Amino acid sequence: MLRQRQGNCVMRITKEKLRWLYETMYRIRRFEETMLEQTFRGNAMGVTHPSDGQEAVPTGICAHLTEKDWIGSTHRGHGHCIAKGLDTKAMMAEIMGRYTGQCKGKGGSMHIADFSKGMLGANAIVGASVPLAVGAALTSKYRGMEDESVGVAFFGDGATSQGVVHESMNLAAIWDLPVIFACENNQYAEATPAWYAVSTEDIAARADSYGIPGVQVDGMNVFAVYEAAGEAVARARAGEGPTLLELKTYRYHGHFHADDPKKYRKPDEEEEYLERDCLKHFEGLVTQQGAMTEEELQGIRDEIEQEMQDAVDFALNSPMPPIDELYSDVYVDYSNPLAGLR
Amino acid sequence: MTTADATQTRSVLSDPGVLVPGPGYDVSGTVERYRDTFNRTLRDELDRDADVFIMGEDISGGFDRDTNEPLDAWGGPFAATKGLVQDFGPDRIRDAPISEAGFVGAAVGAALTGLRPVVDLMYFDFVTVAYDQLLSNAAKSRYMFGGQTKVPLTLFARSGGGTGHAAQHSESFYSMLAHIPGLKVVVPSDPYTVRGLLASAIRDDDPVFLVNDKKLINMEGFAPDESFAFPLGKGRYLKHGDDVTLIGMSYTSVVCKQAADMLAEEGIEAEVVDMLSLSPFDEEIIVESVMKTNRVVIVDEDTPRASMASEFAAIVADKAFDYLDAPVKRVTGPHTPVPYNKGLETAFMPQPDDVVSTVRAMLDGE
Repeated sequence: MLRQRQGNCVMRITKEKLRWLYETMYRIRRFEETMLEQTFRGNAMGVTHPSDGQEAVPTGICAHLTEKDWIGSTHRGHGHCIAKGLDTKAMMAEIMGRYTGQCKGKGGSMHIADFSKGMLGANAIVGASVPLAVGAALTSKYRGMEDESVGVAFFGDGATSQGVVHESMNLAAIWDLPVIFACENNQYAEATPAWYAVSTEDIAARADSYGIPGVQVDGMNVFAVYEAAGEAVARARAGEGPTLLELKTYRYHGHFHADDPKKYRKPDEEEEYLERDCLKHFEGLVTQQGAMTEEELQGIRDEIEQEMQDAVDFALNSPMPPIDELYSDVYVDYSNPLAGLR
Repeated sequence: MTTADATQTRSVLSDPGVLVPGPGYDVSGTVERYRDTFNRTLRDELDRDADVFIMGEDISGGFDRDTNEPLDAWGGPFAATKGLVQDFGPDRIRDAPISEAGFVGAAVGAALTGLRPVVDLMYFDFVTVAYDQLLSNAAKSRYMFGGQTKVPLTLFARSGGGTGHAAQHSESFYSMLAHIPGLKVVVPSDPYTVRGLLASAIRDDDPVFLVNDKKLINMEGFAPDESFAFPLGKGRYLKHGDDVTLIGMSYTSVVCKQAADMLAEEGIEAEVVDMLSLSPFDEEIIVESVMKTNRVVIVDEDTPRASMASEFAAIVADKAFDYLDAPVKRVTGPHTPVPYNKGLETAFMPQPDDVVSTVRAMLDGE
C-alpha cells in the first residue's frame, strides 16, 4: 500500500545527527554552486549535472548508513557522494580532471566513486546502477550480513521507464534482498516532465506490483526523508526485504550546467519549490523548536565555506594525470601485454 | 602430476612437435564429453572458493510447489550445472528469472562487492539483452573509477549454428565482446581447453566471457583429472605444417583440423592454430606461424564484417606482410542471419570443404 510520510521527528533526533543533517545538506548545496561556478570559469573538463534543491534526499537516507552499506548513484550524483562521506577535495579535483581526483581524473563528474566508503559509483547510463545495488545486497545476504550492510539504489523519475530498474525490483523482491530503491522524483528527465513520461501519478504505487512496500515522501523535508528511510533501512537490516521510496523533490538548475530550465519549466513552479527549500525548512524548524541556534547554523556555514575554498584550491593546484594513465586500469591482469590492448 | 596454475609446456597427443601451454596430455585424465568436463570444472571451482556462485535461468529449477526446493529438472541449459544444487545449495546455484539485464547487473554488483559470480546466459544471442551491463558496468568500472575496484565476473553461453536453433539462438558474434576494453573473451575448443580456460576465467580478477559452441558440447576428448589454469591470451598449435596456416577459434578449430587432415591426403601440409582466447589474443602465434608458412586462411563462424577474422587479417597485414606469398583469406559465415533450414544452415557455416577449396585456390594461384 502507498503510504506517505510527513516527518515530525525533529525532537527525536540527537543534536549530533541534526548537526550532521544540516552540515551535509549545506555542503551539497555549496559544492554544487561552487562546482557550477568553476565549470563556467572553464575549470571543469566536461559536463556537470548539479543536484541543488534535492539535498534532503541523499542526506535523509545516508543518515542511516555506514561505510559498510553500499549505494549506487546517477549522473546527478554529487549529493549522494557527499552524503556517503566522500571527500570534497577529491571530488572537486575529479571534476577538474586532476590526478588527485577520486578516480585519478579518469571518471569525471559522472563517475565519482569511493569503494572504501561504500559508494559504488555515479553512473551515467540512466537506471544502470540500480542492479548494482541489488548485487551489493546479494553479497550481503550471501555472507549473512544483512544487518550491517544494505544496498541503496538512487535513481530518478526518468529511470523508472528503464526495464532494468523493474527487473531489479523483481529480483530484490523474489530474493528478499536488503535493498532500498530510492527514486528521487525531481519531476524532470532532462527536459521531459514526469507527467508526460511516467504512466502513473505516484511512482511509489508501483511497489505494489512487486509485492514490496512503497512510500511517498516529501523530498524537500529532510525529516520526512529521515523518517521514511529509517523504516526502510531497518526493514532491510531485519531481513524483511526491499522498499521503494519515492522522494518528491526538485532540481533548481537545468539538466546540466549549461541547460536553461526556463525553456521548459514555469516560473511559478520554480518559486514554489524555492519556497519549500530544504535548508530554509530545516533552519526554520530547528530554531523554532529550539533544537539549534542561528549562531550554530552560521558556524556550520562558515566552516563549509572554508572547505569549498580549500577544495577549489586543492583541485586547481593538483597535477594532471600523466599520459601513461590512459593505458592503466583497463584490466587487473595484463598477463599478455602484447595482445588486445592496442 | 599437475599443479594449479601449471603453465609448463608439454607435448600433446600423438604429434610430439605440437606444443601447448598447460599440463599436457600425458597426465592422468579422462576421455569424456565437453559438457561433463565443463560441469566437473564448475564443481571444482565451487569447492575451491566459497565466494564463487553461479546464477542463471533454469540452472537448478523448477521448484517443488510444496517445499520450494529446487528440482534441478534440466540440470541447467545443456546440463551444464546438473547435480550442483544438491551439493552446493540454492544460494550458490542461484536460479534466476528471465531477466538477463537484471541478473547480469546484479552479478556485477556482487563482483564489485567481493564475490566471484559465474553467470550462465544460456544462448550467446542473449548477450545483447544484458549488453549495457556488460559494456557500461562490468567492463568499464575498473577504468572509470581509476583502478579502485575489480570485477571478477565470469559469464558463459552457447554459440553457433548446426542445431536448427535458427536466427536468434545461433549467433557467434565474438567480436561484439572482444571489441570491449576491460572484458576478456575465451573460446575453448575441446574438453582439455575448457577444463583449463573455465578455471582461469573464474580465478581471473577481470570479467571474462567464455563461449561454448553448441557443436562442441557433446564432443569427446581428453581432460586432466586435476584442475589447472590455462593461460588467458594464449593460442596453441593443433598441427604443424609448412604450406599454409589455418587459424581457427572455438568449433572452427575443429573444422581447420579436419581440413588439414584432408589436405594432408593431397600432400599439402597445413599448420593449424587454435586461438583459444580472443581478447587478449595471441598475436605471436599468428605471426610466428605465418612467417613460416607464408600463407594464411582464417576460419570464423561469425559474420565477416568487423569480425575476429578481420582482426587477425589486420594483424597479419601489419606484422607479417613481408612474409606473405598470397593474399590473406577469410572463410566465415556470410553477412546474413543464421537460417533455420538444414541445407541453408550448413551453407552458412564454414565447412572443411570450404577451407580445403580456399587453400587449393590459393596454392593454384601462385
